[in-house]
Amino acid sequence: MNGNEMKIRKLRSVALAVSAAGVALSLAACGSSGPAGSNASSDSASMWGLTGGNQPVLQKSVDDWNQANPDKSIKLDFFANDAYKTKVRTAVGAGEGPTFIYGWGGGVLKSYVDAGQVEDLSSFVKDNPGVKDRYLPSVLKNGEVDGKTYALPNNNVQPVVLYFNKEVFDKVGAQPPKTWEELMALVPKFKEAGVAPFSLGGQSKWPDLMWLEYLVERIGGPDVFANIAADKPGAWSDPAVKESLTKIQELVDAGGFINGFSSVAADSNADQALMYTGKAAMILQGGWIYQGMKKDAADFVKSGKLGYTTFPTVSGGKGDPANVVGNPSNFWSISAKATDAQKKAALDYVKDGMFTGANTDALISSGAVPVVTGIESKLEASPDKDFLTFVYGMAKNAPNFTLSWDQALSPAQGDAMLSNLDQIFLKKISPDQFITTMNATIGK
Amino acid sequence: MTSLGSANRGVRDAGPSGWLAAPALFFFLAFAVVPLIGVVFLSFTSWNGLGEIKLEGLSSWTTVLTDPVTGNALVVTAKVMFFSFIVQAPVSLLLGVFTAGGQKYRAALAVLYFLPLLLSSAAVAIAFKALLDPNFGLGPGFHLPILAQDWLGNSDLVLFVVVFVIAWQFVPFHTLIYQGGVRQIPTSLYEAAEIDGAGRFRQFWNITLPQLKYTVITSSTLMVVGSLAYFDLIFVLTGGGPGYSTRLLPLHMYLTGFKANDMGAASALGVMLIVIGLGLALLLQRLGGKNRNASQLEGA
Repeated sequence: MNGNEMKIRKLRSVALAVSAAGVALSLAACGSSGPAGSNASSDSASMWGLTGGNQPVLQKSVDDWNQANPDKSIKLDFFANDAYKTKVRTAVGAGEGPTFIYGWGGGVLKSYVDAGQVEDLSSFVKDNPGVKDRYLPSVLKNGEVDGKTYALPNNNVQPVVLYFNKEVFDKVGAQPPKTWEELMALVPKFKEAGVAPFSLGGQSKWPDLMWLEYLVERIGGPDVFANIAADKPGAWSDPAVKESLTKIQELVDAGGFINGFSSVAADSNADQALMYTGKAAMILQGGWIYQGMKKDAADFVKSGKLGYTTFPTVSGGKGDPANVVGNPSNFWSISAKATDAQKKAALDYVKDGMFTGANTDALISSGAVPVVTGIESKLEASPDKDFLTFVYGMAKNAPNFTLSWDQALSPAQGDAMLSNLDQIFLKKISPDQFITTMNATIGK
Repeated sequence: MTSLGSANRGVRDAGPSGWLAAPALFFFLAFAVVPLIGVVFLSFTSWNGLGEIKLEGLSSWTTVLTDPVTGNALVVTAKVMFFSFIVQAPVSLLLGVFTAGGQKYRAALAVLYFLPLLLSSAAVAIAFKALLDPNFGLGPGFHLPILAQDWLGNSDLVLFVVVFVIAWQFVPFHTLIYQGGVRQIPTSLYEAAEIDGAGRFRQFWNITLPQLKYTVITSSTLMVVGSLAYFDLIFVLTGGGPGYSTRLLPLHMYLTGFKANDMGAASALGVMLIVIGLGLALLLQRLGGKNRNASQLEGA
């Protein structure tokens, strides 16, 4: 052994260790590289939309706009839902976000407002009464933070609906459940027939939340979540939360959800496929899956085999059975970091390019209910009129429309809630543990 | 390393200029050291990724270190590391020795074995996710009840499924390393052993394995430290679920940073990852043993 040899070996081991650290580091750094120059150099406004049911509608709306207004053109890109949520936040944080920021309102919008990243649109709305008047007022409200408008609705109303397969129901001789007791009584009936009572996209986690949202709403009314969203200390300790979580675990115990529900992904539409292929009888999902089923299972929808109803009531519950949870709409916010020309193009599009006759018609024919007033006759004329008028009525007549909780809360709270609710469905934790953990996130 | 060392001594002393290391050093500083300093700094702050960065002292560290999810992530990471090593090391060693042989059919098989190397982690994860789907996957498709398990949804099974998929993806890589290592062993050693009457097993045990010592160390280091970087595959395959069953430390760091938007805590986790990675890499180098500089080619 000689000195040089030693040195080289030492160097080598350091180099190895260092390259190992590099691997870890490259991970640590991977989020910080946003999309480069999406609005920096070119002066046309940029827009990020979501893939899925509304993608062709939005694409057409922007294409039409660009053709009519080549000087105020918009560059449109699409992203998958989950990936978008991470990407847009990182991009906005790095000052490289798009001119049009697609959102859901709620806690995420508030965090953008707090960081001064989105434009205050209050005066724009005031100067353009036509924009304000076209919306359903209850939906418009969701784009406000502290009385100021920061986001304007851009597509369709999306309440959470209980869908069912009529064919399966006929075979078993069952009726859609009107109360929680009826729902629980249906579980053994379907299991006997070899059909899973409910499909659930448990791997995506957010479909789990729909169960908790509706149960808490039916049992305790809208105030329970309003308190949680208002960061009142101990708000999760409301007895309605515990009762809802207990009911969910009872339903899991009874075998209410399809086998392997925690590896079923909603992002790939596998959860709805289970229902329309008859492997499961029912599914609790957002209004938007109608658009997907209309495309993926056209015959099933056209032949009237798709049933839908509102979430069952719970005896002794305080909530109005007409109350709804879900997404009132999606929204456009305008980036505060955009150039003046980009902002102007964006606002002009919001004023004149959105909800044109053609855009509204395209939304309706895709199987969605636009969030605008005075469309009753158009809905009536649609081949999907049964579903569309059902959704429209649900949204219009709801005394209270609660925004999906993961959107209403701050991202830190939302993430903790989804992870812990997943544990509830897996029966890894008890309702009390859930409540304690969630109370600790109040104010975060 | 007496004979070889002294023979090369003159060459080494006159060796290439240190400036040759400059480009690599620059990239290392720019893309490893500078971000590392940034991460250490961020771990003492609170930042949601949007607003201002507030100095908070140790609060991120106490959050991270007292969070049971972090402890769970460490345990899951250690388990994946252990089982990955136990599965991958012997399989890739044997495959490496096998494919190092000169026969034509071995070369043909080697090409097949290396196929997974061509696929990106995301593609591998999506493919396995589809194959393992309890309702539309391989099992129900071929009506094989034994394959129709809830592979990715059962908290007890999922870890082994993940280890299996990781092995499927990475065994080819380590096989390649071993194949190269075996091919470097002088055939004279085997010839001498044959004259002495050593069988195949003895030859493997007394020649191949000792000769591969440094290959084993390199491959093991990559396996063990690499398991600290399993992220993309698991992110796409399970998303860390069900529950926290496959939430490894790097995934936990990502989800804390980019789902929960707690950059302070995520940075603290990042620093933890780096420290653990460095420690393990150094430890494995030490495992080379006291006389790791002794010749392996005595008498060759």
